[in-house]
Amino acid sequence: MDKLLVANNVSKSFGEFTALNDVSIEVPKGSIFGLLGPNGAGKTTLIRIINQITMPDTGHVLLDGEPLKPHHIENIGYLPEERGLYKSMKVGEQALYLAQLKGLSKAEAKKRLKYWFERLEIGDWWNKKIQELSKGMAQKIQFIVTVLHEPKLLIFDEPFSGFDPINANLIKDEILKLRDDGATVIFSTHRMESVEEMCDHIALINKSNKILDGKLIDIKRQYKSNTFEVGLVTSNKSEVAAIIEDKFEVFPTDFKTINDELQYKIKIPVNAMANDLVTFLTTQGQVTHFAEVVPSASDIFIETVRNN
Amino acid sequence: MNHLSLIIKREYLTKVRNKSFIIMTFLSPLIMVGIFSLVAYLSQLNNDKVRTISVLDESGLFVHQFEDDNNLKFNTLTDISLEEAKKATELNGEYGLLFIPKKTSIDELAKSITFYSEDSPSLVVMGDIERTIRSKSNTLKLEEAGFNAQQISDLRVDIETKLETFAGEKTSKLGSGLKLIFGGIAGYLLFMFIIIYGNMIMRSVIEEKTSRIIEVIVSSVKPMKLLLGKILGTSLAGVTQFTAWVLLLSIFSFAITAIFGIDPSAMQAEQMQTAVEASGNEMEGLMMEAILEFQNLPILNLVIMFLLFFIGGYLLYASLYAAIGAAVDSETDTQQFMLPILLPLILAVYVGFFTVIEDPHGTVSQVFSFIPFTSPVVMLMRIPFGVPIWQQIVSVLILFATFIGTVWFAAKIYRVGILMYGKKPSYKEIIKWLKY
Repeated sequence: MDKLLVANNVSKSFGEFTALNDVSIEVPKGSIFGLLGPNGAGKTTLIRIINQITMPDTGHVLLDGEPLKPHHIENIGYLPEERGLYKSMKVGEQALYLAQLKGLSKAEAKKRLKYWFERLEIGDWWNKKIQELSKGMAQKIQFIVTVLHEPKLLIFDEPFSGFDPINANLIKDEILKLRDDGATVIFSTHRMESVEEMCDHIALINKSNKILDGKLIDIKRQYKSNTFEVGLVTSNKSEVAAIIEDKFEVFPTDFKTINDELQYKIKIPVNAMANDLVTFLTTQGQVTHFAEVVPSASDIFIETVRNN
Repeated sequence: MNHLSLIIKREYLTKVRNKSFIIMTFLSPLIMVGIFSLVAYLSQLNNDKVRTISVLDESGLFVHQFEDDNNLKFNTLTDISLEEAKKATELNGEYGLLFIPKKTSIDELAKSITFYSEDSPSLVVMGDIERTIRSKSNTLKLEEAGFNAQQISDLRVDIETKLETFAGEKTSKLGSGLKLIFGGIAGYLLFMFIIIYGNMIMRSVIEEKTSRIIEVIVSSVKPMKLLLGKILGTSLAGVTQFTAWVLLLSIFSFAITAIFGIDPSAMQAEQMQTAVEASGNEMEGLMMEAILEFQNLPILNLVIMFLLFFIGGYLLYASLYAAIGAAVDSETDTQQFMLPILLPLILAVYVGFFTVIEDPHGTVSQVFSFIPFTSPVVMLMRIPFGVPIWQQIVSVLILFATFIGTVWFAAKIYRVGILMYGKKPSYKEIIKWLKY
């Protein structure tokens, strides 16, 4: 697949402190790329380097195959984590100013703003000042300003903070739609459920080093432990339980059910087959539940960071 | 439209549309004209009052010596005792009683003259009275010693030293005063401009930090461009406000003169008149001389250098103000960094107003007119007195070289500082930022 953004061996230090150490990432075109990591890992530094706010000490970044140049800012839309708008400036005027800084003509910016204001239901606030708006509303305007110039690459740093669940969903759908329309999205967040929902690629940065990256689905495969969650209805509970606990490596689990059953997480050896487990279980009772335990992004995050 | 002009336009419009900016633009000249008019009006009121002073002259030497004028009337008492005179004066509500006793000699007399009044009399009135008595006493003493007072007065020679430079330029003490005024105004104007609009730039940088818009902006434009646009936009707003002030000041003072018939400048003219004790004729001569002196001033040199030093000095300080704004999180944190900026500025004004006046070409004046942080103010005040062109050029070059240095320094701090939140940096940390 084509790569929209490639960072090669990027390092950056501030005085004694190393913020990024030889980090390389590749962001495929049309993907939603999750940039994950604990606080202070270096995510923001990497994002600032991509936005040419900070220059890397070594290494280089390619956008669409070209080394980053000042004119590329027109192809990037950036919603920083620390964000805000001029408090005493009018909404419309401010949006126009920011859009013009991104290279749009005044007329074009006006046209697109009208469209977006209607789309996100920010009708008649053109002449209101930001300080008169609610936080969620200001965030919506900030979102519009980020995407207005239709950049190839969108970078969102914690895009959902400050939104209520309804508006967060609205923004999520907008991001997915932008991706479908051809944009590539880099997405930095601590909310693992949105990573799960939206990202197809991730990179994990910890203590200035990249420790994991790839397709989310591949990573999950890599992290799967051949563990299955099972439910077994049997008349002879304690006996069967003893047999299972003796034969397999088991963990307690608790899933919702309508039956009175034995519930286990069973881990089988890496080369063992799931079918063999099912076959064995059927000899012990009625199998009411059988599912592979897929590691969540959150599990992977915590495990990798802890082992690092 | 390119980025820089967009930024300048935004900065300019936000400044001039700001409510407090508009209010200050109109209110300041109004308040100034108001205060001057009030003072002028009050002193006029004072002048219009006629004060009556009774004179009890037992010596009989000063009869007809005291002349009435617009404000003072003298009422000569005769054949009345001191006690009666005091009572009568108080009863009539007169300003006071001048009592001149009879003494054997003038010297003794001079020590025993008494002025009785309800409370302390005005110094101006006492000055008038004492001058009259002194002049008459002098005449009397001269005559006692056998001189003809009139002859002596005729023989007195008035000295007026003519001043001329080696190059043949004629100057005068009046010219020196005029130069002082020119230099003073130029220096002080720059000082005010730096403080008012430097602070405005600083606040605008802090505002972008606290509202957290800065990262959105610097992902679109280079911090250097933003810094430059900010300084230029604010300066344009400053020039607009200054121009408005000058225009409004003239309009308001014209209006007030027309409507109320009070002339704020009359007061000063009057004071000057009493100070030089010039008759109408002399006053006219003075004006002529002033115009001549004005033409003698190196006008072209003054204007060009004013522009160069004004721009250089202002930009030098403006970039530092911007750097401070970038380094801190809120305006209350600026204190520790303000002192190093204000100190050289205040020093410059002090050196300008004290040392330059005393000796425009002395060592201290010369040294401070080369140090870039004081040179704009000090040199501007020296130039009317005639500074060799090479000195001016060297000083301007030093100033602009330093300006490039401070802008580099400010841009470094700005670039790092605008993205630093939450902590109050120390000087040590700021030095570290320079290496990032």
